[in-house]
Amino acid sequence: MKRIKVKNPERCIGCMSCVFACARTRYGVISTDRSAIHVKTTGGIESEFAIVACRMCEDPPCVASCPEYAIEVRDSLYFIKEKCTGCKKCVEACLLGAIEFDEELNQPLICIQCGACAKFCPHDILELERFEVL
Amino acid sequence: MNVLYINLGNREVYQEERKDLFEKYIGGVGVGISLLMENCPKGVDPLSPENPIILSTGPLTGAFPTCTKAVALFKSPLTNELGESYAGGRLGAAMRFSGNMAIVIKGKSDRPVYLSIQNEKVYFKDARSIWGISSAYTVGKILRDVEPAPGRRSIIRIGPAGENLVRYANVNVDTYRHFGRLGLGAVFGSKNLKAIAISGSKDLPMEDKKGYLKAYKELYDVIVNTDSLNKYHDYGTAINVNPLNQIRGLPTRNLKSSTFEYAEYISGEHLAENYMAKHIACTACPVGCIHIATMQIPFARGFEFETKRIPYDYEPIFALGSLLGIPLAEQVLSLIESVDHLGLDAMSTGTTLSWATEAYENHLISKHDTLGIDLAFGNVEAYKKAVQYIVKMPNDFYKALAKGETAAAQKFGGEEYALSLGGLGMAGYHTGRANLIGHIAGPRHGHLDNAGYSLDQKLLKGKLRETEIVSNLLREDYWRCFANSLVICLFAREVYTPERIEKALNSLGIQKEVEEFLGIGKEIFKIKYKFKTREGFNLDAIRIPKRFFETESSQGKLNEIEIKNMLDTYKTEVIKLLE
Repeated sequence: MKRIKVKNPERCIGCMSCVFACARTRYGVISTDRSAIHVKTTGGIESEFAIVACRMCEDPPCVASCPEYAIEVRDSLYFIKEKCTGCKKCVEACLLGAIEFDEELNQPLICIQCGACAKFCPHDILELERFEVL
Repeated sequence: MNVLYINLGNREVYQEERKDLFEKYIGGVGVGISLLMENCPKGVDPLSPENPIILSTGPLTGAFPTCTKAVALFKSPLTNELGESYAGGRLGAAMRFSGNMAIVIKGKSDRPVYLSIQNEKVYFKDARSIWGISSAYTVGKILRDVEPAPGRRSIIRIGPAGENLVRYANVNVDTYRHFGRLGLGAVFGSKNLKAIAISGSKDLPMEDKKGYLKAYKELYDVIVNTDSLNKYHDYGTAINVNPLNQIRGLPTRNLKSSTFEYAEYISGEHLAENYMAKHIACTACPVGCIHIATMQIPFARGFEFETKRIPYDYEPIFALGSLLGIPLAEQVLSLIESVDHLGLDAMSTGTTLSWATEAYENHLISKHDTLGIDLAFGNVEAYKKAVQYIVKMPNDFYKALAKGETAAAQKFGGEEYALSLGGLGMAGYHTGRANLIGHIAGPRHGHLDNAGYSLDQKLLKGKLRETEIVSNLLREDYWRCFANSLVICLFAREVYTPERIEKALNSLGIQKEVEEFLGIGKEIFKIKYKFKTREGFNLDAIRIPKRFFETESSQGKLNEIEIKNMLDTYKTEVIKLLE
């Protein structure tokens, strides 16, 4: 399986290159909103940055929360758009807040661990890693 | 390509599609200056409700790496003509994602307000409880808790300097960036406008996805994987202190000298190695050139410390360091901090204080005027008190200082050493002819109009005739008018070649070709000069303070007649262009 690892969060400069990479690669838009990865500032730019990304939990609560079975675990999370009704249960289920809901698309932005964000991180903070589930 | 119009007086708000302007002038400064021409009545008092504030972004803003900036246009309360200033941070991207390429703010609110702009919606919010707060930083802290979209929004605000109409008050952009020069902060203050918080959730158009991904990747790779921008990332602009000092180009003690014996201690190397805390980036910039220093200042026994975080760059270090003869990094940083919290432009504060110090030395002003402050080069504590007085203006002397070195020298004397070029305090370069001409004749009198300081440094290695220097400057003026309409960050100017710009624009559905670029820049330059001329600017009327000829520059002592001839050449070209 694969997942994005936030390996050096302290190195973040807040450039949002990862966010832009996700938006354009996954959703075909230039946006800081429509992205499955986010850079959060807790006390403004004066404080540390926090990277909020799906960590591909071993037993993902978002998957279990979906009444329509629209999220499946495969090599990563797999989102079946046709099944999604936009109920936001998955958004509520994620303690990390890693699932954003896009009101316009009426669907959650589920990370598929494609690694585009990691490719565009200038500070070596993100890494796409492979791992085995035992 | 929407422009958002906001009237603070009658609270009217509307959005208008201005394809006409964007097709012709791309965006940024091109569209901004056109909007200023449309909305600023001739001869208006810069601090009256009629003076508009234009904020403008370009098609590349937020869409390509390092394209982070927004430009502000207004009539300057400092020079009484063109006000043009750039800022990074999160503003450019936030404006674009709000769906407003440009914003025009007119009128005056009858009480302190701040604007909360969320997509096309504008909320006028009561700012009485944040009016009068002593630090522009604190205002940000307060608004962060009540405004939406953390991480994706921009909060720009003025400090007490702007409220009190100091003519060179700045606008703080997301804490560590600024609309620094030419007094936009005072224009905010005159409108009772304390701050603007802006955010949005719109996407930007992408015409050719494949082309876009390719153009983006090419630019990103050059920026991140080559050393083209290392200079800005590693040491930041402060890296210029030592080399400028070595070539006799570092204005020191009100330009009595162009070398500073303590340059090493306030250099980019010294700061990075001893005080750097971290780098921060503007939205969409993988470089991260914002340098934040940290200092621990003990204030009581038992290991009690004030922990400071202070942004620094070359210009504040020059203006509040060498120009005031301040020898230690910690002293310079603490003065930068005071000035930044008050919301003053660091550069004009430096040139104003350095004039005041020399005038005090020469007994043109007394201790009675300074309210007991002993203005002396190197006396950082005196300067820290003086900047508080500049903002509070308790007497005629400080009222004069709040108008800048030019106005103060007109009142008290010492005009021959008031370091003003076209009404704006000089930037940190005494590199020679191109710098001087560039400052005086460039549309906003800033060093970034045409980078004369950079041309001067090239001239140390090879010679150019006077007319060639002028035509080089003009070419750079035109090119930067174009680049600033995109808006790129000028740090990445070498990366954004005409060919790459063409690809980037085309991928966004903007069909412009390399051959058109310089012509567009020239048109924009023309409008700027038309605005200046309309407001009474006249190249012939500019007096160059003697000091610039007395103190040796990187090119030796400058010759007044030679400079005059070069200015005439520049003027002839401008007249030809305007005809």
